[in-house]
Order: sequence, then structure tokens, then C-alpha cells
Amino acid sequence: MTQVSPAEAPDRKPRSIVAGSAGYQPRYLKDRLAKIVVLIGGIGVIAALLLIFVYLLTEVAPLFAGAAFEARPAITVPDDGSPALYVAAEEQGEVGTRIGQSGVLNFFDLHSGALRAQVALPVGGIALQRVVDVAPERSVLAGGLVDGSVLIFQLDYKVTYPDDKRLITPSVVYPRGEAPLPFMPQAPVHLAVRSSDDALMLAGADADGNLYLKSFEVTTSLMGDSEVTESAVQKLPAPVKPDLLLLEPEMRWLYAIDKAAGKIAFYRVNGSEAPKLIEVADADAPIVDAHYLAGGISIIVAHRDGRLSQWFPARQQGGANEGETYLAHVRDFQLENGATPTAIGAEPRRRGFAVGDDQGRVSLFYATSGRLIHQQKLLDTSVAALAFNPRAQLLLALGTDGRLVATDVHNEHPEISLSALWGKVWYESYDEPKLLWQSSSASADFEPKFSMAPLALGTLKGAFYAMIFAVPIAVLGAIFTANFMSPEMRQVVKPAVEVLAALPSVILGFLAGLWLAPFVESNLPGMFLALLLLPLAVPTFGYLWMRAPQRVRQSVPMGWEAALLMPVIALIVWFCFLVAKPIEALAFGGNMQAWMDHVLGIGYDQRNALVVGIAMGVAVIPVVFSIAEDAIFSVPKHLSLGSLALGATPWQTLIGVVLPTASPGIFSAIMIGLGRAVGETMIVLMATGNTPVTDFSLFSGMRTLAANVAVEMPESEVGSTHFRMLFLSGLVLFLFTFFFNTVAEVVRSRLRRKYSSL
Amino acid sequence: MATAQQEIAAAMPKTLVAQDTRGVNAYIKSGAPYVWVTAAAISVAFIITLALLVLTATRGLPHFWPADLVQGRYQQPERDAESLLVEIRSAEEITTARLRDAGLAVTDDKPLHQRLLVKQANRDVNGVDFRYLLSDWLVERSEPADAVVLERTEWGNFHGFLAGIDEDGKPVDSGADLWALFQQRVDRANELRSKLRAIEKGRIGSINYAIERVRLDQRRLQLDGRTPENDPAAYAELDQRRKEQEAAYQGLRGELDLIKAELARDTVRVRTVDGSEVTLPLAKILDAYRPNAMNLLQKTGYFFHRLWKFVSEEPREANTEGGIFPAIFGTVLMVLLMSVVVMPFGVLAALYLREYARQGVVTQSIRIAVNNLAGVPSIVYGMFGLGFFVYFVGGNIDRALYSESLPAPTFGTPGILWSSLTLALLTLPVVIVATEEGLARIPRSLREASLALGATKAETLWRVVLPMASPAMMTGLILAIARAAGEVAPLMLVGVVKLAPSLPLDGDFPYLHLERKFMHLGFHIYDVGFQSPNVEAARPLVYATAFLLVLVILALNLTAISIRNRLRERYKALEG
Repeated sequence: MTQVSPAEAPDRKPRSIVAGSAGYQPRYLKDRLAKIVVLIGGIGVIAALLLIFVYLLTEVAPLFAGAAFEARPAITVPDDGSPALYVAAEEQGEVGTRIGQSGVLNFFDLHSGALRAQVALPVGGIALQRVVDVAPERSVLAGGLVDGSVLIFQLDYKVTYPDDKRLITPSVVYPRGEAPLPFMPQAPVHLAVRSSDDALMLAGADADGNLYLKSFEVTTSLMGDSEVTESAVQKLPAPVKPDLLLLEPEMRWLYAIDKAAGKIAFYRVNGSEAPKLIEVADADAPIVDAHYLAGGISIIVAHRDGRLSQWFPARQQGGANEGETYLAHVRDFQLENGATPTAIGAEPRRRGFAVGDDQGRVSLFYATSGRLIHQQKLLDTSVAALAFNPRAQLLLALGTDGRLVATDVHNEHPEISLSALWGKVWYESYDEPKLLWQSSSASADFEPKFSMAPLALGTLKGAFYAMIFAVPIAVLGAIFTANFMSPEMRQVVKPAVEVLAALPSVILGFLAGLWLAPFVESNLPGMFLALLLLPLAVPTFGYLWMRAPQRVRQSVPMGWEAALLMPVIALIVWFCFLVAKPIEALAFGGNMQAWMDHVLGIGYDQRNALVVGIAMGVAVIPVVFSIAEDAIFSVPKHLSLGSLALGATPWQTLIGVVLPTASPGIFSAIMIGLGRAVGETMIVLMATGNTPVTDFSLFSGMRTLAANVAVEMPESEVGSTHFRMLFLSGLVLFLFTFFFNTVAEVVRSRLRRKYSSL
Repeated sequence: MATAQQEIAAAMPKTLVAQDTRGVNAYIKSGAPYVWVTAAAISVAFIITLALLVLTATRGLPHFWPADLVQGRYQQPERDAESLLVEIRSAEEITTARLRDAGLAVTDDKPLHQRLLVKQANRDVNGVDFRYLLSDWLVERSEPADAVVLERTEWGNFHGFLAGIDEDGKPVDSGADLWALFQQRVDRANELRSKLRAIEKGRIGSINYAIERVRLDQRRLQLDGRTPENDPAAYAELDQRRKEQEAAYQGLRGELDLIKAELARDTVRVRTVDGSEVTLPLAKILDAYRPNAMNLLQKTGYFFHRLWKFVSEEPREANTEGGIFPAIFGTVLMVLLMSVVVMPFGVLAALYLREYARQGVVTQSIRIAVNNLAGVPSIVYGMFGLGFFVYFVGGNIDRALYSESLPAPTFGTPGILWSSLTLALLTLPVVIVATEEGLARIPRSLREASLALGATKAETLWRVVLPMASPAMMTGLILAIARAAGEVAPLMLVGVVKLAPSLPLDGDFPYLHLERKFMHLGFHIYDVGFQSPNVEAARPLVYATAFLLVLVILALNLTAISIRNRLRERYKALEG
């Protein structure tokens, strides 16, 4: 732009010269001020708009940030002269606990290693053989004594704030009494104990390969007295020589593992029925350790060859034994550098676990996402034991030399990996790998299922059916309006259709959900009849019109054919719905949905893709129509006139000249329409059942990315993986629409340049 | 351009004259069938547009029409007959098979049966107020002139017949015209009720607000480290304020009790269609009419009376009855706040892009990017609003300025301010694009003339360019308002609620409560249509709300279009 700078403006007014700079300066200052205000304001506004993108990115980025260990200096755990059987840390990460073979609990400071308190278990001088978790989330433990009896105890940490400083006082309580419960005739090689409010179950294996099971049941009478019924000790058949036992928290499944043989015997031990061996699974390699994951469904087995395998009970799919329970080998993880695992520690609330190896390294894995999140060398010796504190912010690694390293764990979003986002994942309690979105549930130790695939598919499905409905109507309509319609009629029709774009989507969604969906449901045959009949009836009518007497034909001026068609179409549609019900009664037994279900095997939801396709199509039509019409209408007239002059019919001119010229414009119109369909929220929210599905059926619903955000965002916990996942879907939507709009815009501006050069 | 169209059209018969023009082959060869199909497409689009408008209007408005009450006997096969007094809402044909699937003992003699949707009201007696009836089974229909419809504060409407009026439990001699007396009593009750409301909502609301302020001030003092020991004066002042408010409250209590006693005086005995008699307190009756005794003029009058009540009253019974005034108010206020933000900033950005920025690749790409932001899904703006405005900005404001009410958030929770800011961001591209377009249309000669006369650039902009661009700016603003008024998805995240206890604008200082949540027409439609416990009852209201929203938005859009057209004419004149 060439602009005359005010400073150089010729001084025509003698007054301003006379007055000197006095009259001049404030104006000049104002000009500068205005410029600064506009610059700051304008750039600020554009920056604010850019901020949206940046903000979405910053919310999403932590999902992919990975994990980190922040190791504290190694400490020597105060011991009682006997080997350690168990280590743990309390919630705040301040106090650690070590249990020695002699039955002495040492509570120590996790920063300095200083002894804080010492408690001796009431074992009467008998040594402990094993200490196992009963309910890790509440720090309930069980100790197996050398004489075969079992003591159940709970670590209790009282937090008080004298002088506003946190003080943790550890103690031990005995929920089942201080006397050890008699169980096995000799010392257990391994032990598994689970308890609930009204039951307790013990399983133990001895050095001779015997497998024992005992259960207690607490029955509370109406008077409030409770009575403990004790079952006799059962000996289970043991096809393997078990030396590692895992019992499900619900006390239904028992795993007896033969480490050397690498076999897992899998029992059903349901309370009322007799325990039953279901199968012996071959793990293919000698086993080092095994551990339950949080939630009490999966077990993680560490193999000597560095492999870790995840197993849980599932039901057979297909085949002769369909529906039968078996132990499914779900997925494998691998330690790197050929290390051999030595210990497993599981997070108490998520499906994460840490594995220590013989090189002193700790690797952090996450089961659902199937990935190695982080690994770091923490110890100089091989890792003897690993334990998370209940919040999983602190990990204890105990070396074979008795040195202990406590490390703070920063691992916010382990659930996310590319394969978990887009691929099929075998979730707990499912019988096969699936694409699922299920972000929350009533229970606390629920495995969240964050697969974007059903949402992305749902989004594409909705957009696809909407485009199928909208594009033919919008583009063909634009062709007629721009090319054949009389100018007077165009002046009415074009704004009328464009006004449709301003119609709030909540109204379209509401009509779709409350009017269209029931209407389609009870008039399904009519819908199909109309779809079938209309494309046939219109050209037929055209032919009849051509054969009509000239007098009749001339009563409708050229370019008003569309107006002529309106009553015809309305009549045909009305006729279709009129005859549809009798047809339904005759041909489909009076209920087309039931007929479809029985004969074709197609399920029918009231709020389905057909309804959404139509409703969202209506939202898209004006967008596509308006842009496509502009593109066709601005094709230079001398092109089409030339073609007509050479003898081409109007249709030939359209196909051969007008459309090829305008096609980039039509393409960009469709792109912009697609962007609108993909991001549409209210229509999908109201006109679909919002169930995440992965099929493409016309008669089932869907859940789209946008609707999912609208439904789940208000309940999502700020900063959680779920929250960030929703932002990720927002970012995906943003990028998707931004990309398509930009492509469309670039294509359009090129077209404009082309037109102006023609 | 018009001539070109006519020429194309005129060319059609000419080219076909030489050949066989009447056969099917020739018809197909000429391409005319395809032309007809394209014509059909635009007809369909046009029909859809019309049908949508007609549908919302015809479904919503009849709700306000006082429809006749039909008395009849509903005789289902092998069941006892019921007497019904119903308002017929709609009728449709249903196949016999579907009816049988629904468990009705229909006969096979015809394939289709007519099914009626009727409102039988009396939810306290019947349990449901809407039901489906088979038209064939509703026999002995009549329209008794003395049937009344009572609108109540709870349990929905009542259909029945007046039997008598009691005062303090004793029958009143009504003389000849029981209906006239009844109407007087209803009017009296309504007057008392509005007094009651004025006290409860207005004055007691203010007292509660003042007491809450005292509590917050006290908390503030504590946070500042001032205790009753080291600053007794401040605490004494607070006590004084609290005592004043409590005294005022006690005074109002007495007044309230008096009005309530007055209101409880009258009761009305009404007879249901099956003969049982019910006593209803007049305090719970809002309105009464006898549709069968009204003539067309009276009905029309009553139609507008109810329409007015719909737009001016507050919702009742979980939004399924009553009016939508708070939703209208919330929508308008939110849009106004948004306009205050979006207008100056949109214009500044457009001025920058068009007048100050150097025109090059960068500016061009910024322009495209801004343009495309209009196409980004609105829910994304909602997420940004929730995460950035509400949690980040609002949370920080709370910590800095409203720490006395923490942990209850003040601005750190969705509210009308965040909603308007979010929608302002959403509509910024609209305003920027429209303003830029207006600026671009102003002929350069005008600017140069102004500069040549010695005006500075700022003066040129302020005196010449902006006034000429103002219609374009108006267009942008109107389009922005139209978009904002209909947008729901982002608002669901940043501030609307289904039922707001108080309006964001009231008589308590600081009058405009930006942190409050608000009701919104669009969200009202979603909420009442899809989350309501009584969908049938709410449906006509939702249609009516939708119709209102459509009218407002259409009006705004048509205004914008006409301004734009006028604008174009004006510049054509300038250029020529």
C-alpha cells in the first residue's frame, strides 16, 4: 500500500504553520497512540486465538511425557538380625516397614534410615516363614509361621499434626485376634491369604508338594452376634509341585505355581462347591516370581528368561468348549539387556507394576497399555524386593545386601500408548481383545478403557451418513440454482437455504431425537419407499411434462422447474407415507423392525445413524450448498455461452465446461461440510444413543468424539488421564477441522485467482 | 448475469428442434432428466427448510390454545370401562401387529388402527397425565360446557367440574354463578401469591445475600489475621450488621405468615369425571378456564394470555410447566456481555489485519487461520473455556481475591462471565471476517482523499473508514449474536445450568453477578427435551421454546442479510 505519511502531508493550512508544532503535536501523538492500540489489540486477539491451540497442546502433552524416578540416597535398613521377609512404605512416603524372620517389625525413616519404632509380633518365639499381602490397599498382611499356623496383622499409621507438623505414628493391629490361626501341619513353602468382611481363606503349600486350603466364614445373626464357622483343612490334588501361591481377593480362583517346571495350576475354589482344578497352564519357561495386579483379576508372572507374562481367567470363544473358563495368557513384556527378573512390585490402585532384575535395575511397566514406561538402575546388587506405597508415588527397592533405595515415582499417565489408543486391547474380565471406551465406573479399582477407535469410528460414521445425505442434495441443488434457475427465484431460494445454516444445532438435534427418531421408527417402510421412488418419479415427471401440451408448459416460465417440482415431491412423499403402513402390515407382518431382526438379523436402535445422518445432513446442506453455488455461479459466463453456441445442450455444457471449472470449489465446499459434520456436537448428543460402537450399521447409534467430550468433561477430574484424553479428542477435532478448512480455503482462493484470470 | 441464464434456458428448445424431440431416448440424451433431478434436489432442500420452520411452529404453538375437553367412556375389551375427561393431543395410524406387540387386545378386522395421545391430567389421582388410547374404544364422546381445566402449582393440570367453594372449611353460597365467584377467588389468590413472592424472592433474598456477605467479611478478617481480640471494632461492626439483617428478617416473617394465612382461606371442591370429589386449596391454583364454553375470540385471547405467561414466568415442576423467562433473560444477558467483548476486539483485529499489518504471506496466512477458526467445532472452544478460563484464570482469581469463600469457588467454577468470554472467542472470527470485508470494500480513493486533505491515518480511520464500515461491523455483530444465541455445546461446559436459583442481574450490590450460573434457551431445549422426568408434558414447551429461539435467530440473520444487501448497494453507488 502506498500511503501518504501525515508528516509529509503538504501544509495547505497556513494556520497550522503559524501555530507551529502546538496544533500539530497532539494530532500526531493521537495517530501514534491509535497505531499502538490497534497493534496491541490486533496482535493480542490473534494471539488469544492461537492460545487455544497452544493450550490444548499443553493439556495433552503430559500424556506422552513418560515417567521418571527420583531416587533418594540409599539407606541401610535397621535390621533385627534375621533376614527380611517383607518391606513396605506408608502413604506419605515417610515411614518404611521391614519385617524380619524373627517376627520383629522395624519402622524406619525413609530419608535417613533411622529406626522410628519396633514392634514384635505375638508369635511366641516361633520364626516366620513367609509374609504375604492380604489386602495391600489397607496394609493387611499375613505371616506364615514355621509351625504351619498363620497370623494376620495390619500396619496402621496414625497421622497427627502437633504444632502444624506432620507426625506419623506407626502401630500394628490384629483384625483376627493376636493368636495365630492353626493351619498346616508343617512350615509353608508359600502361602496365600485373602479376607473379606465375612470370610477368610488360607492356602498353603509345603515342601513335599502338598497343597492345603482352609476357609472361615463369619455369620452374623439377627441379634448382632457373629459366629465363625471353620472348615476343615482340605488337601487339594496337586499335579505340580507348587512353591508359589496366589489367591484371588474375591476367593474364587487359586493359582499354584511350580517355579522350576514353569507351570501354573489353576483352581476354582468357590465357597460352596468343592475346589476344582481347571487346568494346568504351561508358561514355557521357569518362573521366578508372580504377583497379583491391582483389582485382583490379572496376575503377572516373571520368567527366568527375562519375559513377563500377564494372565487372567477368561471364557473360551468359539470351538467345542465355548463359554468354559480357562486361564488366558494375555500379553507378554520383556526385560531389556537380557536381565533376569528377581522381584515384582505392583501398584495398589492402577494396573502398573515394577520389576527388579539381577543387575539392580528396576523397570516400570503398565499392563493395559502393554508398555515399558521407564527403567533405571537403582541398586548395585540384584533386587530382592520391590514395594510401592499405597499412592504409588514411592517405590522401595531392597537389595540383597540389605541396602534400600526409595525412589519417588513420577508416572502420571501410564495408561496411554499408541497401541492402547488405537488397537484392540484385551481388558480384564473380557474374553477377547476389544476396542472399548469406558472411562469411569462405580468401583475404585476399575481398569479404565481408553480406546479412541470407537469414538473416532463413531465420528466418521456419523459424518459419513450425513455426507451421503447432504452432498447429493446440496451439490445438485447448487448446480440447478446456479445454472438453470431463474434469477428471481434464485433470490428467494438461496437466502432461504442459507438461513438454514443459522438454525441452532440444538434445535435440529431436538427435532431429530424427539420427532424424527420416533417418526422414522414407525414409518421405516415409508422412508425407504420415498428414497426409492423420488429419484425415479422426478425424471418421469420431467418426461410427462415434456409431452404435456405446449399451453400448459408455457404457463411455467423457464428456470422455475424447481418450484413446479415442490408440490410434486411433497405429494410423492405424502403418498409414500400413506401407503407405507398398509404395506408394512401386508409385507412385514406389521412391524418392520421385528421383521428386520428376525429375517435379516439387523438390530434396530430408535436413535440410529439414519436419524443422525438426516439431521446432521440438514445442518451440512446449507454450508455445502452456499459455497458450491458460489463456485458454480462465478464460472465466467463466456465459457458456458461459448459451449452453448457450439451446439452443446445445457446439460452437456454443464458436464463439459461448467463443472470441470468449478470442481475445486465444489470440492472445498464438501471439505468444509465434512468439517462441520465431524465437529457437530448437539445433534449427535441428542439423536444417538451415545453408546461407543465399532460397527457401521445404518440402524445402530454411535458416540462421537465431540459428544463424548460434552458428556464426560463436566465429571472429569482435572489433570487426570481421562481429562487429558478428552483434551486429546478436542485436539484431534481441532486439527482435523482446521486441516480440512485450510485445504478448502487454499483451493478456493486458487480458484478465485483462476476465475479472475479467465 | 440474468441474461446469461435466460440465454442458456432459451438454448434448450432450439438445439432439440432439429431432431426427434418427443421420444424417451431423445429425452434421456438431451440430459433433461438430470436437470430435473438437480431441480428436485434444490426443491428438497427448500422443502426441508420450510418443513423445519412449520414443524417447530405447529408443534409448539397449539400447546397454548385452550383445546376442548372430551368426555367419554373408554371401553377396552375384557376390562372395566373408564370414564375419561381428556384433551386429545395427536392421532396416528398404527399397524395392528405393533399394537398387539404393545399388549393391546386389538381385533384383526383391519390392518391399521387410529391411536390417540391424550392428556388426562390429574396426575395426583391417575399417576400419569398422558396416555395412549385406541380411538375405536373411546365411545360416547361429548364436550360438556362446564368442564374446567385448573392449572396448579404442583401435580400438573386438573380436569373436572366445579362443585363448590369453601371459606375456612365452610361452604360459600355462590348464588347463581359459581364460575364467576370462583374466578374472583382465583384472582385474589394470585394477588396474594405475587405479594408473597415479592417478599420471599426480593426482600428475604436480599437479607440472605447480606448475611452471606457478613459471613464472608468475617472470614476475610480471619484470613487477614485480625481476631476479635486485636480488632474488636471490626467484629462489632459485623455483629451490628448481622443483627440488623436478622431483625429485618423477623419483621418480614410476621408479614409472610399473615399473607400465608389469608391465602389458605379458600378451598375449592371439584368433581372428577368418575364422580369422586377432591378438595383443592386455592393457594395451589394458578389459573382456571372452561375451554368448551369459550368461543373463538375468547380462545384466541386466552391463547395470547398463555403465550405471554410462557415468556414472562419462571419454570415450575422441574421445568416441565410454567414459563422460560430466566432462560430468555440468561441468553440475552450472556449475549450482551459477549457483544461488549467481541465487538471492540474483533474490530481492532480487523483494523490491524487490513490497515496496519504489512500485506504479505504472513498476514494472508493469519487471515486464513482466523477464517478457519470459525469452522473449529464449538465444543473445542468449550473445553478451552473450561480448562483455561474456569480452572486456570478463575482458580487464580479465587486464590487472589476470594480466598475468604474458599474452598467454595467463586470464579473458579463455570459462570456467565466465562460463558460470554468463551462465546466471544468463538464468534471473534465472524466479526473479524465481516469487518475486514467491510474495510476492503471501501474505495481507496476515499482514504487517499482524506489523507490528502491532511488528516492523519488515525483521523482517516476514525472519521472516514470506520463510519463507512459500520454497517459491515453491525452485520458481523448480528451474525455473531445469532451464532452465540444458538450455541449450546460449549456452554454446557462453561456455565449453563438447568435451573438457576437466581438471575445474574438483581437488586443486590454489585447488581451484575458475573460469577453466577445462568439458564439458556438452547440448553433448556436440550435439558427439558432429554433429561426431563415427564417428557410428554414437556414436549410442547420444548417445541415452543425452540420456535422462539428460531424466530429470534431468523430475525437476527435476516436483519444481517438486509443490512449487507443495503451496504452493497451503497458501495456500488460510490464506486460508480
